[in-house]
Amino acid sequence: MNLKLKDIVPQLITVIAVVLIFGFFTYNAQINMENRGIDFGYGFLSQESSFDVQFSLIEYDGSHSYFRAYLVGLLNTILVSVIGIIIATILGVIVGVARLSPNYLINKFAAFYVEFFRNIPLLLQIFFWYFAALRALPLPQDAEAIFGVFFLTIKGLYVPAFIWQNFSIFFYSLVAAVIAIIVIRIHAKKVQENQGKQIPVFFISLGLIFVLPLLSFLIGGVKLSFEVPVLKQLATTSFIYEGGVSLPPELIALTLSLSLYTATFIAECVRAGIQGVGKGQKEAAASIGLTPNQVLKLVIMPQALRIIIPPTTNQYLNLTKNSSLAAAIAYPDLVLVFAGTALMQTGKAIEIVSITMFTYLTLSISISILMNWYNKKIAIQEK
Amino acid sequence: MFKYLKQLTSLVAMVAVLFTFTTESMAAKKSKTLKNTQKKGFVRCGVSQGLPGFSNADAAGNWTGVDVDVCRAVAAAVLGDANKVKFTPLSAKERFTALTSGEIDILSRNTTWTLSRDADIGLTFVGVNFYDGQGFMVRKSSGITSTGQFKDGISACTNIGTTTELNMRDFFNSKGIKYEPVAFEKADEVVAAYDAGRCDTYTTDKSGLAAQRTKMKNPDEHIVLPETISKEPLGPVVRQGDSVWEDIVRWSLNTMIEAEEYGITSANADMMKTSDNPAIKRLVGAEGELGAAFGLDNDWSLRIIKQVGNYGESYKRNIADTGILPDRGPNQLWTKGGILYVPPAR
Repeated sequence: MNLKLKDIVPQLITVIAVVLIFGFFTYNAQINMENRGIDFGYGFLSQESSFDVQFSLIEYDGSHSYFRAYLVGLLNTILVSVIGIIIATILGVIVGVARLSPNYLINKFAAFYVEFFRNIPLLLQIFFWYFAALRALPLPQDAEAIFGVFFLTIKGLYVPAFIWQNFSIFFYSLVAAVIAIIVIRIHAKKVQENQGKQIPVFFISLGLIFVLPLLSFLIGGVKLSFEVPVLKQLATTSFIYEGGVSLPPELIALTLSLSLYTATFIAECVRAGIQGVGKGQKEAAASIGLTPNQVLKLVIMPQALRIIIPPTTNQYLNLTKNSSLAAAIAYPDLVLVFAGTALMQTGKAIEIVSITMFTYLTLSISISILMNWYNKKIAIQEK
Repeated sequence: MFKYLKQLTSLVAMVAVLFTFTTESMAAKKSKTLKNTQKKGFVRCGVSQGLPGFSNADAAGNWTGVDVDVCRAVAAAVLGDANKVKFTPLSAKERFTALTSGEIDILSRNTTWTLSRDADIGLTFVGVNFYDGQGFMVRKSSGITSTGQFKDGISACTNIGTTTELNMRDFFNSKGIKYEPVAFEKADEVVAAYDAGRCDTYTTDKSGLAAQRTKMKNPDEHIVLPETISKEPLGPVVRQGDSVWEDIVRWSLNTMIEAEEYGITSANADMMKTSDNPAIKRLVGAEGELGAAFGLDNDWSLRIIKQVGNYGESYKRNIADTGILPDRGPNQLWTKGGILYVPPAR
């Protein structure tokens, strides 16, 4: 212990000050709430919510509890974040690489995309995609079928629903394929390290992931049929599609705007990462006889990823938090359902806002932990 | 462990911010709100973000509407000038928090008086300035003329944070109709989405439907269905715990309605001082000491009538002449077949 008094005292004072301020605000809030006859408590979570939600991943209607409404909002937030992160990452990597392309057109187009989308406020982009798309899309009765089964209309994207028989067998075949691929990869690595021989892992994997599920159809008794959406008339000029799965336009507009916006930042991270790897690395790798593919996979990417991951984590966090702008266009996320409707119906402002903040905090920290773990995994292993 | 102190302190600070509430403390002395308002020199009034006829700002930022007039009446009574009002536009979601946290002193924002709002969340409703009910708007071309023609799969646009969401569920459930609720945070987006064709119907209070219809691209293409599915008594709200302020707001509104009943208008208020009717003389401050009960002078009600006008004038100016709802319906005096009936000012 080499802690000195002068090291401890300032920290101690800070802690005491913070606790006092915290105590003051809590006390004050209590007094204020008491004066105005507001009760504090989380008991409302088990009460019946009595409002409906447009779009939900779990079974929900107004007869369920406020807690269930919270889960509905949370899952919708997670859904839009996950889809957004996946699309933004794919798009970001493509654009980031395109910005380094020697091809003038590709290069300039990528640069234009990045500058355009990252410099317009996100809320405006959300409004643009929602209202512009709404006005541009056809009414259900005028919609042209895409591939005969998809219908993109002002009321949403209608896609055929999968109707499975023996779905579990299909699922297990997929799991088996994934396990087999992992085993083969480990084996291939060993073979290469011991004998220098290379096994075409990629093609074997591709084959496995197709063949095993295919077998489940042929001999496992798995059957798949589609339920195609059918137009239904509600009134003279009002139609919808019935059957199949409908994705609300709010979800599509929100995912689109979040991904397009965040992809610009990820593209810049990717570009920085690739440019951050010294030119000599590439030349050295080529000079020892690695193919261009191997140069990218074994030399450039492992080093570039170390630069790319930390700032990209920030972008993932931003995307998740930005998804709370959903309230503006009626996508029932956590903020709209829980910190919106539920807050209004119960009046429990402090309780609900604190739960919502804590939830976002937990979501963000989970993403951070996951990305930090990955970052550590790819960091330089000092031996 | 001192390594984590920094993180710990920032976490604690964050939680502290989370619990931050208004710093107004201690049990309210006798009408702190009145004292504060007089000290500030203006009435802090929460209104809508733009609902023609109720609270709507023009290009120059002047607020008009029947809800706005309630706040103006209070300003005339308390400060002597109906223009000394600071308006804060609020969404349905923000309105109660703004009031309970002390950001505003009157919420006059087409707010429905319900038991849970009155009893549960620290609010007090002081009266009703508009009797309304929830209805539905549809496109004329849809051929729908009654809610009985609604079918499974209908999509309904509305606002979040309102009684509308709950009524809508009750209505569709009782009819056994499956529906898709599309709920927005702001009224402007609801209108835009409905107008674009996102929803088959738009539901809110009928006065709101009539007002928002005027904002549509082509108002004639839309009709409001005749059915009313709920009672929506709209009125001004104050914070619980200041009964003097509550009385001032209540009787400012009542004065406007009672003035109409006795035929006192902004034009003839001064002449009414010499009326033979003691009830009229009390209302214009020529008899009795009514203002003293609130700590106000005796001309408080005269100023309301002279500067803002009676309820009928306010309705005509804001709702009838703008073509929103020319027919007063239930919002007519009880003496003329309506249900506007206020306790006597004496």
